[in-house]
Amino acid sequence: MSENRPKNKKQPISDRRRFILNMARGVGIATMGGFVWSAYIDEVTASELLLRPPGALKEEDFLKTCIKCGLCVEACPYDTLLLAKPGDNKPLGTPYFVPRDIPCYMCPDIPCVPVCPTGALDEASVTTDGVLDINVADMGLAVVDDESCIAFWGIQCDACYRACPLLGKAITIEYQKNDRTGKHAFMKPIVHSDACTGCGLCERACVTEKPAIFILPRETVTGKAGDYYIKGWDKEDEKRLENATEIKTKTELSKDSAIDSLNSGMEDLY
Amino acid sequence: MAKLWNNYRYLILRRFTQISLMVLYFGANAWGWTLLQGNLSSSMILNTVPMSDPYAALQMLAAGAILSLDLLIGVGVATLFYLLIGGRAFCSWVCPINIITDAANFLRRKLEIDRVQGVKQPASRNLRYWILALSLIISFAMGVTAFEFISPISMVHRGIIFGLGFGWAAMLIIFLFDLFVLKNGWCGHICPLGAFYSILGKFSLFRVHHLEENCTLCMKCKDVCPEHQVLHMIGKKSLPVLSGECTNCARCIEVCDDDALEFSIRKFIQDKKRESNNENDK
Repeated sequence: MSENRPKNKKQPISDRRRFILNMARGVGIATMGGFVWSAYIDEVTASELLLRPPGALKEEDFLKTCIKCGLCVEACPYDTLLLAKPGDNKPLGTPYFVPRDIPCYMCPDIPCVPVCPTGALDEASVTTDGVLDINVADMGLAVVDDESCIAFWGIQCDACYRACPLLGKAITIEYQKNDRTGKHAFMKPIVHSDACTGCGLCERACVTEKPAIFILPRETVTGKAGDYYIKGWDKEDEKRLENATEIKTKTELSKDSAIDSLNSGMEDLY
Repeated sequence: MAKLWNNYRYLILRRFTQISLMVLYFGANAWGWTLLQGNLSSSMILNTVPMSDPYAALQMLAAGAILSLDLLIGVGVATLFYLLIGGRAFCSWVCPINIITDAANFLRRKLEIDRVQGVKQPASRNLRYWILALSLIISFAMGVTAFEFISPISMVHRGIIFGLGFGWAAMLIIFLFDLFVLKNGWCGHICPLGAFYSILGKFSLFRVHHLEENCTLCMKCKDVCPEHQVLHMIGKKSLPVLSGECTNCARCIEVCDDDALEFSIRKFIQDKKRESNNENDK
């Protein structure tokens, strides 16, 4: 390459200069390419609202481990699972599903999980006492939009409750007096996050134009209270206090009188 | 007809393998065939033998994933297979991108684009080894399999099996790049998977062999070869093609009218011995 460079001086480029320039050029191009590549990867793996097959590792580990072979997609008897195509705006080649189109029907033998060659779909996470158990799967969590759910309006609808494969566990109906009519009841669907697997049968069954109950990744829809709060009424939770150590902080009290503090600071106004 | 077969027999066989592999994969997804399931990243043969892309596994390792036993067995099977038949045999006998880049290269020869563009290639063929190294560094730094998220190879073969999406755009980009920007651009300069198989192919048994005494120096072989630097011995010395960059596509064998090139295992071993005796050749 360097032969083509315009030469300012008459004498040819020394071997040492050529070597150093070529090295610098290589390192520079690699750095440039590396950053462009990394930036692209960072963008394409940023999609969060994605529902993975049962037994999937945490998203971060899943992206490392999934080899994008599609064996889970082929194993699915309901064509629930899809591989992300260019243009889907999801991490390319990874499996996902759209419950409103085809939900996960929670096969008891979970055919999509044991075929995974890399363990990105982890058999252990959907196994109870040595037996595959789809009921412990965690693909997401159902969320109800009580503004658009017609049961919250007072219309009788329990489509999601009836569709739920964990009937009476993941969704229950809560009765509440309808004060508007005075003689009817609201029958509100309530999702229980400890039982819900995120299969999406409720989303599929929902009668509203755009589903009023829908699945989102659990991480997205759950909060976290943190370690600071302890349920004093819960003996188990209170045990966390047993080994607690004390941290004493001391804030110095202001010596100014309260009235002074109210009246001061307005000197500039006059 | 006999001449046609003689001049294109390996090309026809290669297209046949490439297309039938894709048909088998497609059938596995569409109609539940079990002969060959999955895709080129990882597959399952007859529900028993796993086969996995060793380069993808290497990226997973760099990204910090825990490699499962199934995957390691699959990687072992694939590595042994390509060690035997030639590392980059993957490129010319299996990879669907090869059909696209061969088409671009064919058109390039027919349109004589090289005469417009000049002979000087603007990039080194060693670029791919840099990209291979870079892909592992990025996999390590970002914690994801870097090349698998941009690989047009996966995009295309997954597209054929599971639905293409905008994958056709990737195919078109490679075709235009190879046709107008860089001769043998993707397969010969950029593709890190090819680079990986080049390294693996250094040790493979199946080789093209040159017989100097039959050679008439017509240079048809170098003209048609997608990695012409591996044929440096043509007309100079009877040697096997030892570079791992040879894809074992056998185009050189079929365009040769003088029987100066052939496939061989045995001769390779002989020459390996002869080579170690006199070390002056490259």
